[in-house]
Amino acid sequence: MRQARRVISAGASAAVAWPVSFDARMAVFYFVLIAVLPLLAPRLGGGYLLIIGERAVIFAIAALSLELLIGAGGLVSFGHAAFLGIGAYAGGIAASHGLGILSIALPAALAAAAAFALATGAIAVRTRGVYFIMITLAFAQMAFFIATSLAPYGGDDGLTWPTRTTVFGARILKNETVFYYVGLALLILTYVCLGHLLGSRFGRVLRGLKDNDTRMQAIGFTPYLYRLAAYVIAGTLCGAAGFLLGNQAEFVSPAYMHWQRSGELIIMVLLGGSGTLYGPMFGALVFLLLEEALSHLTEHWKVVLGPALVLMALFASGGIAGAIAGWRQRRGALARLASARARSARRHLAAGLARLPSWHGLRQPLRTYAASCLDWLAARTPARWRAGKRALRRGLQGSPALRPRGLRASIARWWQP
Amino acid sequence: MSASLLVVQLFNGLQLGILLFLVAAGLTLVFGVMDFINLAHGVQYMLGAYLAVTAYGLTGNFFLGVLIALIASLLFGLLLELLVFRHLYARDHLEQVLATFGVIMLLNQGVKVLWGAAPLNLPIPELLAGSVPLMEGLRYPVYRFAIIAAGVLVAAGLYLFVTATRIGMLVRAGASNAPMVSALGIDIKRLFSLVFGFGAMLAGFAGIMIAPILSVEPGMGDQILILAFVVIVIGGIGSIRGAFVAAVLVGVIDTLGRSFMTDLLRLVLAPATARTIGPALASMSIYLLMALVLAVRPAGLFPAKGRA
Repeated sequence: MRQARRVISAGASAAVAWPVSFDARMAVFYFVLIAVLPLLAPRLGGGYLLIIGERAVIFAIAALSLELLIGAGGLVSFGHAAFLGIGAYAGGIAASHGLGILSIALPAALAAAAAFALATGAIAVRTRGVYFIMITLAFAQMAFFIATSLAPYGGDDGLTWPTRTTVFGARILKNETVFYYVGLALLILTYVCLGHLLGSRFGRVLRGLKDNDTRMQAIGFTPYLYRLAAYVIAGTLCGAAGFLLGNQAEFVSPAYMHWQRSGELIIMVLLGGSGTLYGPMFGALVFLLLEEALSHLTEHWKVVLGPALVLMALFASGGIAGAIAGWRQRRGALARLASARARSARRHLAAGLARLPSWHGLRQPLRTYAASCLDWLAARTPARWRAGKRALRRGLQGSPALRPRGLRASIARWWQP
Repeated sequence: MSASLLVVQLFNGLQLGILLFLVAAGLTLVFGVMDFINLAHGVQYMLGAYLAVTAYGLTGNFFLGVLIALIASLLFGLLLELLVFRHLYARDHLEQVLATFGVIMLLNQGVKVLWGAAPLNLPIPELLAGSVPLMEGLRYPVYRFAIIAAGVLVAAGLYLFVTATRIGMLVRAGASNAPMVSALGIDIKRLFSLVFGFGAMLAGFAGIMIAPILSVEPGMGDQILILAFVVIVIGGIGSIRGAFVAAVLVGVIDTLGRSFMTDLLRLVLAPATARTIGPALASMSIYLLMALVLAVRPAGLFPAKGRA
């Protein structure tokens, strides 16, 4: 029975392709975490926590859009914050003309971001590497200066939205809890869509281009069009995030497009771990929490964060996702070792039992019972623990933190199909 | 739009261009030779200015202060290279961006902690104070001329250094093909440190020179950093000559744009519209120039040989 179940679950995980992966499970973990946050909010800090959560979700969308460029496309955009600003300005300008209704403001924000992405991307994706970094930075600066000179809409001082966007005439977004869950829903939508996009032919071509541009051209793809499409998609998505951000703050200023904000978006992606989709979401959350915590601690929090980033670049460039992946790899090695040991122990016992005399039909139940006891033992701590210790002694990359414990072992059984 | 104003603004533009060249030269060398994207170059410029203020405060002599600040900038550049940047040359651009961004955060805030957030001033030395008559009814500050002269001297010296000395030859060779240079028995690590320290010193020099004109404040390096990026992208990464041409071009266009764009627009547009659009267009002009150059020549005006 146990065997059969194992086979079925193995079959199921093999049949379901890319999206249902470790990535998806971590993402679900993130979504659940974010979803229960408002329920805990009254005890932990009330509305304040809710606002941090809203911002975390919005920046998660922005970081995901940047991950499409960095992780899949290999295009390090250093001007991604421009799209945040454009989305927020489009929504704000619509609102200031009394057009802050969803059916006008949101399409306006998306269209503005897409147009900017198309115009600047047409030039930017012609370049690669450092040139791309520079030129996206330059275009973001252009957007920044346009925003500072928008005298009718606040100029340097920024533009206060008269109200949040109304949905079919209703002011439901005014309610923080509703806004929070709308943001979360949009994030989930973004995650699912991006997951499918990356798993699709388009995503595969994009990743192929990142790995080897020349080879992809040789088999007949036009890198320019794919990169431009990715740039426009990412820009539009980030414009949507900007629209949400403007709604959240009911304010927009040129600072939204500041180049340091672009740098922060890159940090969010890298802190979480590029190459995954759950990474950037956690990265945005951790970055905002870190910013909050450190700024409570000291006015000069950047003195702490700066060196931390340097250390991360030097020693932990995989970010959170990289650390988790490494940990999983080590744990997988240990688990394989442990299960091999358990199998061999069971074989030995079975051989021993087979040599016992037949006790009038008692042997079979006894053997079954002993085997099940051993199964239980093998699956739980002692055997794995011993195997882990031996592995450590043998120098298999491991750390004391790897010592399997009850809870961790059970989580492992859940995680590993 | 009088002729005298045009002349003054041309000189101002030239002075900004020279300053940009000093910053961009180090940046383009570091890019070209090590393929390293150093966002922290701007804070080295800022640090140069702060060090000059402090050195002046300690010695009371402008020129001695400049000398001390220059040496301190060089040492600080070498220290940063040793501690952080050296370990990132072989890495992805992304990690380089992350690390140097962290350095910016640290230094911008660290300067605030050490020197305070209020802007500081460095007085113009008496020798270079005052102004000279340029033409009828038009005087121009001596100090700005001094900046232009110092910058042109450094540029000429740099050009000679890069084209006519052995180390310069290695730098050029490194920009074309660093692994080959290393394979030919050159200690590439020492070359890298040298180039980096030198670049940091040039940036520091620019900061020192501009300190008496601008106020010395945290974050002053950020704006110049982005301009320097524009310069090296227009000029072609790794090319000193390109950096010089592009720096002067950017300096002049930016300065003239800021002074005359609104007036120019007024010729074709309504005054109110011109007043709104003018400043925005002026701020954008150099970025438009960059986009234009890259659209025509994706590798800049003077791409260094051997690079795509």
